[in-house]
Amino acid sequence: MDADLLLILPLVLPLAAAVLALLFRNVPRVQAGINLISMSGVLAASLGLLAIINEQGIQAFASGGWPAPFGIVLVADYLSVIMLIVSAIIGVAVAVYAIPNIDTERVHFGFYPFMNLLMLGINGSFLTGDLFNLYVWFEVMLISSFVLIVLGNTEDQLAGAVKYVMINLVSSLFFLTGAGLVYGTAGTLNMAELSLVLNEVESSGLVTIISMMFLISFGIKAALFPLFFWLPASYHTPPAAVSAFFAGLLTKVGVYAMIRVFTLLFTQDIGYTHTTMLMWVAGLTMVTGVLGAAAQNDFRRVLSFHIVSQIGYMIMGLAIYTPLALIGAVFYIIHHIIVKANLFLVSGVAQRLGGSFSLKKLKGLYAHHPGLAILFLIPAFSLAGFPPLSGFWAKLVLAKAGIEAGAYGIVAVAIAVGLFTMFSMTKIWVKAFLPGSSEPGAASENGTPERTPMTMGTRLMYVPIAALAAVTIMISVFAGPVFDLAERSANELSDSSAYIEAVLGHEEPAADPYTRLDLDRRSGGVHAR
Amino acid sequence: METLLAFVIGALVAVAVYQLQRRDLVRMVIGIVILSNAVNLLLFTLGRMTRAEAPLIEIGAKLPPEGSANPLSQALILTAIVIGFGLLAFSLVLVYRAYRSLDTVDAQDFVELEFDDA
Repeated sequence: MDADLLLILPLVLPLAAAVLALLFRNVPRVQAGINLISMSGVLAASLGLLAIINEQGIQAFASGGWPAPFGIVLVADYLSVIMLIVSAIIGVAVAVYAIPNIDTERVHFGFYPFMNLLMLGINGSFLTGDLFNLYVWFEVMLISSFVLIVLGNTEDQLAGAVKYVMINLVSSLFFLTGAGLVYGTAGTLNMAELSLVLNEVESSGLVTIISMMFLISFGIKAALFPLFFWLPASYHTPPAAVSAFFAGLLTKVGVYAMIRVFTLLFTQDIGYTHTTMLMWVAGLTMVTGVLGAAAQNDFRRVLSFHIVSQIGYMIMGLAIYTPLALIGAVFYIIHHIIVKANLFLVSGVAQRLGGSFSLKKLKGLYAHHPGLAILFLIPAFSLAGFPPLSGFWAKLVLAKAGIEAGAYGIVAVAIAVGLFTMFSMTKIWVKAFLPGSSEPGAASENGTPERTPMTMGTRLMYVPIAALAAVTIMISVFAGPVFDLAERSANELSDSSAYIEAVLGHEEPAADPYTRLDLDRRSGGVHAR
Repeated sequence: METLLAFVIGALVAVAVYQLQRRDLVRMVIGIVILSNAVNLLLFTLGRMTRAEAPLIEIGAKLPPEGSANPLSQALILTAIVIGFGLLAFSLVLVYRAYRSLDTVDAQDFVELEFDDA
């Protein structure tokens, strides 16, 4: 199929599906079907895009026929397409899971349209090659996620949503400020051109300050220390399908944006931005996340804090900034999205069978539902980095990269945090799946509650969980090919010349007449190229 | 002119930060509105201030005449204003709904709500 068409399909499909789903507002079944088709379509298109990139390299599409750097370009390199594929897998899994999990009231108030709009925002963020356009996609994503998180209007949701909305609005404004400053300094918003121009700015201190604007903005979105408190305050409030979708994808869009700008744009002062700032932030994020999780007694709050700590690993890969470390970061993202979304899906089934998300109330699920217990153990062990599951390979690559680069401190932190992760997963296992202590008034003598009958809906919820567990095992068994893919992506990230050439072509781009002319007249500005 | 605007933006940001630190959620929303306007002004200033002349490209020419207004920063602001307006409308309704359900707009109460269930 045509490469340009495949590039825009991940945007057009969810948009069309959202509109169609709105038309069938009162027919939940049709909406669910449209949603499933749209998500599967995005997955197919992303796989097709991967095949094309394998053959022909990075693909760029100038929307509206305006050549870069004047128009907005969509760019698909390995990193973009990997992110597209993994998020589409989550999209399909959640589309199936949502059918029994989302009640009709929420469907009536637009669950499916907003789910598709959220997917549109996520895919747009992965594909765009323009900084301001990235801001717009972030907003599309943000406002859809605002709606999804409050949909249902329970008190918990409202309380969580207020925190989520406020902090994310501030984050967007940081992003906008950063984008504005970049334009004022470099005279362009096209990321490929920026990659060239920002290196020529004389006052490189200014560029570093601007990069910190992006660090704060994306740090809030990706839930980095010390900006992560909104995440565990809100992710446990919506239905499991929504929180799984959020947990798998939203913070990772922040991580993606971070990797993009700190490999393509801000590589002028690596000693400060990467080796100092990002490294410290990564280490502290890992530690605070995992310690926060130890204090929690709610299934999904434990998992939420672990999202925070896992984000630290991805940023660690970016901070070390060697090719191997970038491979580790990309591998970690692939592994993490699948595993984390799956754990949230499991929590939804546990809530259905055990009646609660609270680890104080859940117990003995293993006795009657051993299948669920095994499906929990696969992602849980993988999250903790148990060999030979996918998390082990991801951590191994990162640790090896850290040792090679001489960053022993962060490697020690990463390994210790892995052990604590094991502790949290064991805690969930013991409290939710093993029989509780037989207190007086317990459901039966040995602490095992009565068996909850399985409905059709619950059975259907098992399907995506089993599928995602299978994907995790596939990543573990075929770690080699996945590593290859991550390696190709890391090569592109380390050397951005291919990206720049794909977007701008061989010709020297014409200068923006406004800022460029103006800047040339000033002594401290950009020199004409 | 740019210096003057820099001070205006600085003052607006200061006001916004002050409002954001209040415990009242409505004031926090107001703080965000002021902050977003400050950022919009910043975008405008960074597009370079010129005596406005429409950026129309003469027939045959490749560039607009020198000294014409920069259309790009205006397009950026326009986009940002529209997005900001949508988000403002949403957050006002959200705060109102939260007030109706939880009977409070005090940020401190929201912190306590979070730890109730733990």
